[in-house]
Amino acid sequence: MQGQRRTMMGNQAITQGALEAGVRVAAGYPGTPSSEIIQNLANAADEHGLYVEWSINEKVSLEVAAAASLAGLRSLCAMKQNGVNVASDFLLHLAGSGIRAGMVLVHCDDPGALSSVNEGESRHFARMLELPLLEPSDFQEAKDMTKWAFELSEEIGNLVMLRSVTRLSHASGGVVPGTIPAPQGKARFDHHGTLLDKGHGPVSSSPVAYKHRLQQEKLARAVELFEDSPFNSYVGPESPELLVITSSICNLYVKEALALLDASGRVGVLKLGTTWPLPPKLLQRHLERCDRVLVVEEVIPFLEENVKIAAAEMAGEIGAKRFFGKRDGTLPAQGELNPDLVLKALAGILDLPYQARPKQYDRLAQELAPQATQERDLAFCPGCPHRASFWSLKEALALDARDGFICGDIGCYSLAMRPTGYGMLKTLLAMGSGAGMASGFGQFGRFGMDQPVMAVSGDSTFYHAVIPALINAVHQKSPMSLVVLDNSGTAMTGFQPHPGTEANAMGHPVPPVGIEAICRSLGAEVTVCDPFDLEATQTAALALLADQSTAKVLILRQACALSPQRKGTKPYDVKVDPEKCLGDQCGCNRLCTRVFGCPGLAWEKQSGKARIDEVICAGCGVCASVCPQGAIIKSERA
Amino acid sequence: MATAKLIHDPYNLIITGVGGQGNVLASRMLGNVLTSQGLWVTIGETFGASQRGGSVMSHLRVSADGSWSPQIPEGKAHMVLALEPLEALRVLVKYGNPQAKAIVNSRPILPVAAISGKAEYPATEELEGMLAQLTAQRWSIPATEKAMELGASIFANIIMIGALAATGDLPVSREGFEAELLRALGPAKVPTNLEAYDLGAAMVGG
Repeated sequence: MQGQRRTMMGNQAITQGALEAGVRVAAGYPGTPSSEIIQNLANAADEHGLYVEWSINEKVSLEVAAAASLAGLRSLCAMKQNGVNVASDFLLHLAGSGIRAGMVLVHCDDPGALSSVNEGESRHFARMLELPLLEPSDFQEAKDMTKWAFELSEEIGNLVMLRSVTRLSHASGGVVPGTIPAPQGKARFDHHGTLLDKGHGPVSSSPVAYKHRLQQEKLARAVELFEDSPFNSYVGPESPELLVITSSICNLYVKEALALLDASGRVGVLKLGTTWPLPPKLLQRHLERCDRVLVVEEVIPFLEENVKIAAAEMAGEIGAKRFFGKRDGTLPAQGELNPDLVLKALAGILDLPYQARPKQYDRLAQELAPQATQERDLAFCPGCPHRASFWSLKEALALDARDGFICGDIGCYSLAMRPTGYGMLKTLLAMGSGAGMASGFGQFGRFGMDQPVMAVSGDSTFYHAVIPALINAVHQKSPMSLVVLDNSGTAMTGFQPHPGTEANAMGHPVPPVGIEAICRSLGAEVTVCDPFDLEATQTAALALLADQSTAKVLILRQACALSPQRKGTKPYDVKVDPEKCLGDQCGCNRLCTRVFGCPGLAWEKQSGKARIDEVICAGCGVCASVCPQGAIIKSERA
Repeated sequence: MATAKLIHDPYNLIITGVGGQGNVLASRMLGNVLTSQGLWVTIGETFGASQRGGSVMSHLRVSADGSWSPQIPEGKAHMVLALEPLEALRVLVKYGNPQAKAIVNSRPILPVAAISGKAEYPATEELEGMLAQLTAQRWSIPATEKAMELGASIFANIIMIGALAATGDLPVSREGFEAELLRALGPAKVPTNLEAYDLGAAMVGG
């Protein structure tokens, strides 16, 4: 029974596909653009009899999902691109051992790093670890392909990778939903067979020679199925002038570009949904159509290289081809694609003129561009605890006066590398690497380094990857300080719970594993402060810097301004007293707007004084402690 | 179901503003209202880090047949619905054309660089002048001020949807929007939001 077409977000379509496939267990770690998949499944858990969890990190989430598969339950695991790096060690071994009930890893890449500090490519893992890879190209396909991925996984006996991208996961489009089956089957792990018995024996990627051959046979079976897959399609003339080979959301960019150029009669488009391993017979049929091939894809030329290898292998039958793509510079090698970039590439190859709008208008728009492109730099929200935290850390490091610095980490507080956090972060790399690197920097006093080092971490990041780094610092006696910016949830990705929260992904009560208790159990001294209390926070931060003989942890605890408990609440009415504000005459040099820089503040040109923008102000009252004249007045709201 | 007629296919609408103004909710609700008319709606959005005080855009493609790119090609916007005036200009410079229309909430949100004095936010008349040069038709409405009168600035996005509906460019009816409000926000929130919608419609339709 088919439902009525709805407009669904790509991630929602993936969720729907998984539910229609009868998924029973889902696990993941939050990361844009993948987070809504696990969130949606968690919301559906009670209704459809699922177990869903936000695991401590991506590797553990994949292990949880694998356990489900081995117990005979279909399972899904979801993560962002760099999550696959975290999970990859387990993934390598799982790929070798194989699975039982259908298991799908959904990995969402972020071309253009729209919400990442990298545009890492996760498709390579499929080739590197010899697993089949699927890439949906629109919303309906995201649903249908996810459902089929479970069948494929069971058919071949191995995990299937399904790659989405931000512009699919976070875009929305038409999807006709199908039926969700009732949950069935009892979980049981059968382990009494021999090591070679893939259905009933113990599970391992060893003996390697045997298992590796088996794994490659599974992959070969996937290729056979890919040859006739409805997810690969060709649109265009029998013998086009140019063959475009594309996958993922790029298919819609190609469609758009061809429509704008009115070139559909000259160009054929082979859209591939099964992108690793490529089905050779299908590829050969289409490569025979013409001598020129353009490959349109995002991030690394993964598809392009694989098509070229296949074309070289069948050169005897199809002859030499002229390839266009990323490797020859026809398409950019960095950043995301869009219809205009694809259009420019096609117009160049086909020698077609294109003018998006009249030249005169274009000139006018270009003249106005400098005004329009005034940068709106990302900023901590009004009322964000991180602004207050970094203000205090800045003050403490300045008072300490030894050119100390902070190693940063991944989360909203990554923005502290920018002006909104006073440029306080001096390293910003992977999850947990702030503490790990600080543990290293701390050791270099022996080489004459006399700068104190601090690390910051969010609460969710603390659990994900900071704990081993902190243990390392304690055990290696590294004089570093860790500041945990605890804002009561995984704020950046939408308040997912973590091991410190009192409810799990499904909303069921669970015992919180507190950050203080963990740190104290490791032998670290722990102080807890409210970052909105600037004086207490600065005193505590200075104390950390003054004595770094042992590892110390400062927890700055205040809920995120957008969290369910704080959003829409305004504890204080905040006003500038124009009698007290000395404006430009004050020696403060506009400390509140020029330096503190909360978006809720403004500098009134006419009066030459500060004012509060009541529409934007969240009423945290921190700026009242910043003003040296005491001209910012906070009064508790009734 | 009979599919509503469109004046352009795909009809390209950009909803823009600053993170936190309710861009995403506005685009989804509008998308659902149009989907219920039997149309295909594709929406491209910005999420995550870009929400934090940055410029945000939702691209809506409305069509009688099938999904389109979630990114509108440059120079191809038919309508810009701007929750902030500088963002209207930013979008028109890239996606505008001589036939483009715009509905602009007149209340500025200062970028951090303007608050700190590193950059100057353009004067109102100057900004209005530039927007006029880049549009065929334009409505400047005090959506935030009207929203504050209703009790919270966040109603501005609903006021903007009412204004868009009143242009008659897209098949958005009051009944259709009311049904979506009920579905998305529940019965308690319908009256105030519908009031916001009517306020917006009155400012454009008269």
